[in-house]
Amino acid sequence: MRERLFTLSTFTPETAAALPGPPWLRHRRTAAAEAFASAPLPTEKDEVWRYSRIDSLDLDRYQTPVSPDLTATDVHGPPPSDRIRALVDGLGPRAGLIVTVNGVLATVASEAGDDALAIGRMTEHDEAEALLGSIATDPTDFVLLNDAFAADPVVIDVHAGVTIEHPVVVVHVITGAGGDAVFPRTVIRGASSSVASVVEIVVDVEGGLLAELPTRGASSVANHAEHLVVPVTEVQVADGAELNYVSIQSLGPATWQLAHQVSTIGADAGLHSFAVALGGSYARLRTDSALIGTSGTSKLRAAYIGRDDQMLDFRTLQDHRAPKTTSDLLFMGAVADRSHSVYSGLIRVRRGAVRSDAMQTNHNLVLDEGAHADSVPNLDIEENDVRCSHASTVGPVSEDQRYYLESRGVEPEVAERLIVAGFFADIADQVPIAGTRAMIGQALADRTGVHGV
Amino acid sequence: MSTGELKIEDLHAGIPGREILRGVTLTVRSGEVHAVMGPNGSGKSTLAHVLMGRPGYEILSGTVTLDGIDLLSLPTWQRARAGLFLGMQHPIEVPGVSLVTALTASRPEIEAGEVGANAGAGDVSERMRAEAKRIGFDERFLTRSLNVDLSGGERKRNETLQMGVLRPRFAVLDEIDSGLDVDALAAVGRRVEEATEEWGLGVLAITHFRRLLKVLKPDVVHVLSAGRVVATGESELAEIVDRTGYAAYIGAGP
Repeated sequence: MRERLFTLSTFTPETAAALPGPPWLRHRRTAAAEAFASAPLPTEKDEVWRYSRIDSLDLDRYQTPVSPDLTATDVHGPPPSDRIRALVDGLGPRAGLIVTVNGVLATVASEAGDDALAIGRMTEHDEAEALLGSIATDPTDFVLLNDAFAADPVVIDVHAGVTIEHPVVVVHVITGAGGDAVFPRTVIRGASSSVASVVEIVVDVEGGLLAELPTRGASSVANHAEHLVVPVTEVQVADGAELNYVSIQSLGPATWQLAHQVSTIGADAGLHSFAVALGGSYARLRTDSALIGTSGTSKLRAAYIGRDDQMLDFRTLQDHRAPKTTSDLLFMGAVADRSHSVYSGLIRVRRGAVRSDAMQTNHNLVLDEGAHADSVPNLDIEENDVRCSHASTVGPVSEDQRYYLESRGVEPEVAERLIVAGFFADIADQVPIAGTRAMIGQALADRTGVHGV
Repeated sequence: MSTGELKIEDLHAGIPGREILRGVTLTVRSGEVHAVMGPNGSGKSTLAHVLMGRPGYEILSGTVTLDGIDLLSLPTWQRARAGLFLGMQHPIEVPGVSLVTALTASRPEIEAGEVGANAGAGDVSERMRAEAKRIGFDERFLTRSLNVDLSGGERKRNETLQMGVLRPRFAVLDEIDSGLDVDALAAVGRRVEEATEEWGLGVLAITHFRRLLKVLKPDVVHVLSAGRVVATGESELAEIVDRTGYAAYIGAGP
């Protein structure tokens, strides 16, 4: 494997320092950019980057598209495009809306009272300095890069004891002809005993799959804008709080994503997270969920479908740091054509996290001979009195199932489509936010329909 | 009432490297019930799967026609659409796919209620409910995943229900009786019997035991041994086999 030359012309401490913001933020950015520049870039030799495509990332091909004056935009107007409006309206009633365009806040609208919920630009939040980076506390590589170049972080702060019925919707719009590096940063805090839901969508309006599903193979990747998107979402579920979090990645087929979702769950608190990955050329999602309070629960779900030459890459950490904590992970995916998926997950039960219960399951369907799925579950258990289980499967559509349906007169292509849709049926029912369930079900169905009629 | 025939002639077939059927010849006409009996390993289930085209089996020689259509040249789904149905001995679980989804996908014309002799008999779910009632199949299973969490007996009822909705020209029923209690056996047997009159269904019922044949009266009984039909007779043959066992037929020729 070749050693990468470490030269950065765009992502320098000087560029980071030039981004707008209050002094504390500019200082933070500079420090992060310096830390990023002083560490070697990750390579596929690193265990956490095994199977990835990180060696072919050339950061110098991208630029930050941010204009220096963030306050120029009127953020209280309607969503910036009809497509985005249609997308968010399709989710049904909401408690609030945040839209960023290429990393800069474009729209913020709260339907809930200020005493229930504070949403919007991070730098306008009273506790901004304490909140930003409060969950992603030990940043490395691309989290550092996001720390350095996130131009306009946003916050959703659900106040203590409040129950918010409808979700807050966050849409990160990626737009432009290509070559942009975008660093969405979202901090979600569910204060103690609050109940709330957040939907976070990363979408390329021109090439994204939710906007208009491109026919497989009909549009070559070369025709699509090539961006680099590095989203970081910090989620804090405080003691006794409940948070539903749905994230949908719908990027264009030439775009790279290096995403990080990191959560902490307090005592008697619960996170129910569901990630859907549809687009991207190489799209990585790292999910770290730390159970830091007694009897906290983290339920992590993901569904993904790869096609063409795309690679979908998932790394998960279920980190039990407190007694009687529960984590329950189920990731299900399918790969078609020459696409590739990676699931690599670690259950970590630290000393003292007695009577913890951890489950990790990853199932993969391989639909074509040229497609490939890697599934690597891992356990790191430092405590005795715990219950841990993991299961993983990688395989083609069952020949028996296909035969059964065909023996009823179902055409082979339709039989395969039904079986693949059936594979996702159970997990699609587990989408925690009702308004997103239909959209996700439809997106998965559209995506599984590629082999059928 | 349609008239036609499922005609098997000198069929040699098996799995790679092993010939299991060594020249099976028999003809089922519309409206007739034929029973195929035989000891374990005689080739009964192989016959069922070879007729339907299950992957892993290979045809060495011989022909099978349904109303003159060369079945062996067709893929499984086209055999089904030509009018062949297989009620499986071990129906397969298909998670996330419901019976109504599978049946709707099984024929382009089924939603309009225009399948075979069933034209005008109502939409799929209506017919599914009617068929479920006739054989005592719990309606709650209609929208659940195919065969998932069903008992052996429920699976057999499910197969019978599908036969009733799809109304094939000929049905091969592979040990449809196994797993059924006495009442369920009577209901399933009666449903098949009625189908022979309702639309002239021709039946090839594969079974170990005569108990099915008490409720589903065969017109013809074949004894299969070592891949050949070694005896053919009327329904008394089943009684004789039941009394004397297969020993007399093993190694015998036609």
